[in-house]
Amino acid sequence: MTPAIQINGIHKNFGNLHALNGIDLTIAQGEFFALLGPNGAGKSTLISILAGLISPTAGNISVMGFDVVNQYQQARQLLGVVPQELVFDPFFNVREMLCFQAGYFGRGPENDAWVDEILEGLGLTDKANTNMRKLSGGMKRRALIAQALAHKPPVIVLDEPTAGVDVELRQMLWEFIKKLNREGHTIILTTHYLEEAEALCSRVGMMKQGEIVALDSTANLLNKFAGKKLRLTLGDVSLPANIQALLRGQERGIYTFALSDMAQIEFVLSALRTANIKVQDMQLSEADLEDVFLSLVGNSAVGKSS
Amino acid sequence: MTNNTFLGKYRGPWTLLKKEMLRFWRVAFQTVAAPVITALLYLLIFSHVLEGHVQVYDGVPYTAFLIPGLIMMSVLQNAFANSSSSLIQSKVMGNLVFVLLTPLTHFEFFAAFLCAAIIRGLVVGLCIYLGAMWFVDLHVVHPWLIVAFALLGSAVMGTFGIIAGIWADRFDQMAAFQNFIIMPLSFLSGVFYSIHSLPPFWQKVSHLNPFFYMIDGFRYGFFGKGDISPVISLAIVGASFIVLALITLKMLKSGYKLRA
Repeated sequence: MTPAIQINGIHKNFGNLHALNGIDLTIAQGEFFALLGPNGAGKSTLISILAGLISPTAGNISVMGFDVVNQYQQARQLLGVVPQELVFDPFFNVREMLCFQAGYFGRGPENDAWVDEILEGLGLTDKANTNMRKLSGGMKRRALIAQALAHKPPVIVLDEPTAGVDVELRQMLWEFIKKLNREGHTIILTTHYLEEAEALCSRVGMMKQGEIVALDSTANLLNKFAGKKLRLTLGDVSLPANIQALLRGQERGIYTFALSDMAQIEFVLSALRTANIKVQDMQLSEADLEDVFLSLVGNSAVGKSS
Repeated sequence: MTNNTFLGKYRGPWTLLKKEMLRFWRVAFQTVAAPVITALLYLLIFSHVLEGHVQVYDGVPYTAFLIPGLIMMSVLQNAFANSSSSLIQSKVMGNLVFVLLTPLTHFEFFAAFLCAAIIRGLVVGLCIYLGAMWFVDLHVVHPWLIVAFALLGSAVMGTFGIIAGIWADRFDQMAAFQNFIIMPLSFLSGVFYSIHSLPPFWQKVSHLNPFFYMIDGFRYGFFGKGDISPVISLAIVGASFIVLALITLKMLKSGYKLRA
């Protein structure tokens, strides 16, 4: 089957800055794919090239087999992109904007039922006739997502769709997007809420400095990089050197260790006993994507968006 | 989905045109009523002061002479204002991305913005014409010349507006375009006078002003008289449109300032 997205050797230079250094990536139809990475990793640049807003320095991208440069009309017809910036047209109401957006893609009144479905799915039905200018920030974000879906694209790209939005909208949005994914739409998501990517996406690509540093199923990544997470409350102590390598973080006397197997628990505890350090509290949990992310891109990356 | 009917095939650019027309119509008080009132005020004041004192062409009262110039000046200014302000607003607000993400070709993009600009220019011009009929009974000698100059003139300025809208990054750059290029060129084009009344040097300078040909040709349609032959004016205005349209299409195709 033709891949939803095929990215071959994409490079992008802005002057001397190499924003993307040879990205290769294939996303199959029907996937729910997460693209993660710290600020400046190049995620948004890659999405802009995919959407035709930026041209690549080298390489090519195709959407369902159509090149985004040479066959841009077919490629864009199949693609719905939610921009990261909260932009809107102050002259029109929500329904008008959705009908215009569908119209640009050649869809007429036969698309109205789909527009109603989007409005319903994103909780915008009550606001359909409200001017974009008068919507709250959260509602504007919903309208922005709705616009990207107006022409019912088989491939949907959400660039940080939940940045700065409340829990209610996030849940509503994900329910709707999961439904679209079940119906066969391919979803590509960039987010800095790692738990979202972990909960939703079957496969994850992690970017750092314009390169993909990890690409695997979410489950494999979690297994490969850190099996268990051990959180120990130790207070203000100096850790023995032999367990420093396992340390992933420390905050206010709480130390987090990444363990590849259960046997390492005893190793850590015995090292602490030998050093005469008392364990005040202990928590053992499964590693999450944040641990993988940290081990790949370093501590400084977490909590920033791109 | 696209289909084979005419509307099905061109629904994309038609939607963009419809949106652009609705955009100015929603604020018609500012985009149509205001320029009409301004032009009628010019007419009221200049005709009151100069009627009976100035005669440009034999048998043509000054007020009658003034009306075609004022109509055309407003047509041109509003055609420019429509495409330029829509583009700069969409760029500054960031919502132009909604159009850039679509399969619309650069030609369809151009055609939609151009047609909306022409329509705004013609709507304003028609309203001024209707308003001016209260002042003086205007006869029309060559109606097709009037139509041709109104269409071509507004097309030139609509296209120029697209160029300005693409080029400008900020509102003050656009204001400079309007105040330092469009306004002087339109005021110094023979709206209020015949360039034959100018000293020879300034007559020559006026011949470099594209607005002069648009206004003179348009006025010829009303009186059958002008400063130069309408055929020459039509050729110059038509050639200007072709050159500007080619530049604009090239800019749009390359993605200049719109796509990085």
